[in-house]
Amino acid sequence: MNDALGAPQSVLVLGGSSELARAILRRLVARRARTVILAGRDPERLKETAAELLTLGAETVETLSFEATETAGHQSLIDDVFGRHGDIDLVLFAFGTLGVPERDATDATGAAEVAAVNFAGSVSAGIAVAGHLRRQGHGTLMALSSVAGVRVRPSNFVYGSSKAGMDAFFQGLRHHLEGSGARVVVVRPGFVATRMTAGLKPAPFATTAEDVAECVVRGLETGEDLVWAPPVLRWVMAAVKLLPTAVFRRLPG
Amino acid sequence: MGTEVLTGWGRTAPTTAEVVRPADAGSAAAMLASPGSRGVIARGLGRSYGDAAQNAGGTVVATAALDRMSWSDEAAGLLAVGGGTSLDAILRALVPRGWFVPVSPGTRWVSVGGAIAADVHGKNHHAEGSFASHVTSLTLATPAGTREVTPSDDPDLFWATAGGMGLTGIILGATLRMLPIETSRVRVVTERAADLDDVMARMSSGDAGHRYSVAWIDCLAQGRALGRSVLTRGDHARVDELPAAARQHPLRFDPSSHLSVPAFVPGLVNRTTVRLFNEGWFRKAKSHATTIEPISSFFHPLDAVRGWNRLYGPGGFVQYQFVVPLAAVDIVQTTLQRLSALRLPSFLAVLKRFGPADPGPLSFPMPGWTLALDLPARLGGLAAFLDTLDELVAGAGGRVYLAKDGRLRPDLLAHMYPRLGEWKAVRDRVDPQGVLQSDLARRLGLTLQRRAA
Ligand SMILES: Cc1cc2nc3c(=O)[nH]c(=O)nc-3n(C[C@H](O)[C@H](O)[C@H](O)COP(=O)(O)OP(=O)(O)OC[C@H]3O[C@@H](n4cnc5c(N)ncnc54)[C@H](O)[C@@H]3O)c2cc1C
Ligand SMILES: NC(=O)c1ccc[n+]([C@@H]2O[C@H](COP(=O)([O-])OP(=O)(O)OC[C@H]3O[C@@H](n4cnc5c(N)ncnc54)[C@H](OP(=O)(O)O)[C@@H]3O)[C@@H](O)[C@H]2O)c1
Repeated sequence: MNDALGAPQSVLVLGGSSELARAILRRLVARRARTVILAGRDPERLKETAAELLTLGAETVETLSFEATETAGHQSLIDDVFGRHGDIDLVLFAFGTLGVPERDATDATGAAEVAAVNFAGSVSAGIAVAGHLRRQGHGTLMALSSVAGVRVRPSNFVYGSSKAGMDAFFQGLRHHLEGSGARVVVVRPGFVATRMTAGLKPAPFATTAEDVAECVVRGLETGEDLVWAPPVLRWVMAAVKLLPTAVFRRLPG
Repeated sequence: MGTEVLTGWGRTAPTTAEVVRPADAGSAAAMLASPGSRGVIARGLGRSYGDAAQNAGGTVVATAALDRMSWSDEAAGLLAVGGGTSLDAILRALVPRGWFVPVSPGTRWVSVGGAIAADVHGKNHHAEGSFASHVTSLTLATPAGTREVTPSDDPDLFWATAGGMGLTGIILGATLRMLPIETSRVRVVTERAADLDDVMARMSSGDAGHRYSVAWIDCLAQGRALGRSVLTRGDHARVDELPAAARQHPLRFDPSSHLSVPAFVPGLVNRTTVRLFNEGWFRKAKSHATTIEPISSFFHPLDAVRGWNRLYGPGGFVQYQFVVPLAAVDIVQTTLQRLSALRLPSFLAVLKRFGPADPGPLSFPMPGWTLALDLPARLGGLAAFLDTLDELVAGAGGRVYLAKDGRLRPDLLAHMYPRLGEWKAVRDRVDPQGVLQSDLARRLGLTLQRRAA
């Protein structure tokens, strides 16, 4: 169960090898999380995270294979996890791909892959998870969206639009789940130094995985539906949305 | 019957359940015969603060219709009531006829079932113990059928049910030993205490002279004033103690709610409002005074404001209540120090000196100091603060109160309640299939978990 201060006891992560997910999990295990299921593609990285969580105090950590674009298998994979582990208090959607922004701007295959992972994968797995949360009458679905979807920039509009789509999907899912006992939390990080952004020039308000995790866990405790990391981005992005197009296009980065 | 979102009085951790409202005891008991895969729990008036009366995805049996009330032996003060009967209803019916409940919590809005399931305590714990000590028998619906349980013929099940948080069955009815009273007033002695040592010394030496005793501490007082408090002690007034005008109707009882909090308030509890309130409240109290007060203002001051829990805003609040052995006064002191150092806005904390425990393995009271604090849940940082307190409390041989809890770390439970295993064995005996389930039970691992087929 999630406790009165938002701490889950069991967690399923889709995209279990994500660095952001790992930072978040460390903190959740330090609180109440004892069962963690890591679903992802890279068995080595999953194992590494699993080993770390066990040393930190998790009691049951399982890894299993999950491919975001194989939507046909999502329902049965999710059914299997809930069937074997019982209640899952928090499901973290951490998978995502930046693609290769310069290439994807002109390459149909690359662009479709980004959309398939970030958007279609979220929609498919999101619906499967929502059904279980509704049935168990409680639980939090947390999705790692991005500020890139708030106002889509020319420099990464394929990624940005796929994040905008998944962000809108999860906001809609929240309304759909109203009254079911399930809660949907959308997290919008800014630029975070992780594997995904390795080699890229940090954008303004760049932050670290640890700081994002801190914001996320605090957001669970205080009951936020929408978590910005760092928090100041809430206001920055409100302003960015108001910029005239001509100014917006010329923003650096 | 319908799906409803439920929380406790603290309004944290909402979950949904099918809420059924059986019209009589027979249909309430029948709910245990054909449970869904996520089980069943009883819910009285929802005054527990955390997740005890919730059952996510399962069935919640609301007991409001089980509200019968009749004398089983009026001369002996033995009253037979339904498990859903509220203390409010009992007091309205019987105070005018010269009877009071043996133990009253800080609100009249609790059901008899809830009072037994949490084995609630009142301001008279030092003198008379907790609620279940005044219950001579109960009618308990278990998955194996309905039975009468008395402390003499099935002490294990009786005491596993007292404090058992609804997890041994649905209390359909009970017989209570009522307390005869001459008037509906209390003679109250109020004293201001300068600090924690002062109030504890007064309680240790003087509580025995009064039936009721409790102290309210100003949590924002720091340094030398740490623990400054107002101690109120009282006894049921005799007719000759009433002012002449009141002697005409010595048993008059008309509690009313004067104020009510609108459904949506932005959260009025913050450091500033709390400081102003506490300061005014402390100054108002006389340094020493004896007054005659109505039962309702002495026992249930918060009931005058309906829905006061909404003052904490949509994030809700947590009540933290612990008890530590008498020797562990330092834990009370440390708690107050940390609270004031962090400037966490708690209104008054309530301090009480408990008397001997009753035999319930999960019953909360034990000889010692109990402190209760209300804290807004949305502060941020509260989780870590309370986790540290838990360890101090458990380390000192103390425990937290499950009727208030929504966040205890599960592995500490067995330290706090060393007889947990004994309780579980009795529980599993009456409910081997794990039909009785609640969010509290899932969170703390109190019951066997049923797997969906
Ligand atoms: C303002 C306020 C002041 C309070 N002061 C005190 C105090 O001074 N001392 C104290 O001890 N407590 C106090 N409490 C807590 C309260 O007394 C307990 O939580 C009590 O259990 C609430 O009763 P309820 O009918 O609302 O039960 P609920 O909150 O509905 O349920 C509480 C538990 O009892 C079980 N239960 C309820 N009915 C039945 C039944 N018929 N059969 C089996 N199980 C049942 C539920 O399953 C649940 O586990 C206070 C609460 C408030 C809001
Ligand atoms: N880093 C940032 O600046 C930033 C900012 C805002 C939002 N985000 C979002 O935060 C989330 C986590 O990112 P991160 O920063 O932690 O980077 P990361 O470590 O690279 O994590 C991305 C995760 O997505 C997984 N993944 C990618 N494609 C997948 C697919 N087809 N199927 C299954 N899993 C797939 C990766 O698995 P593999 O290990 O197998 O590749 C990896 O676990 C992403 O959704 C990202 O969009 C990141």
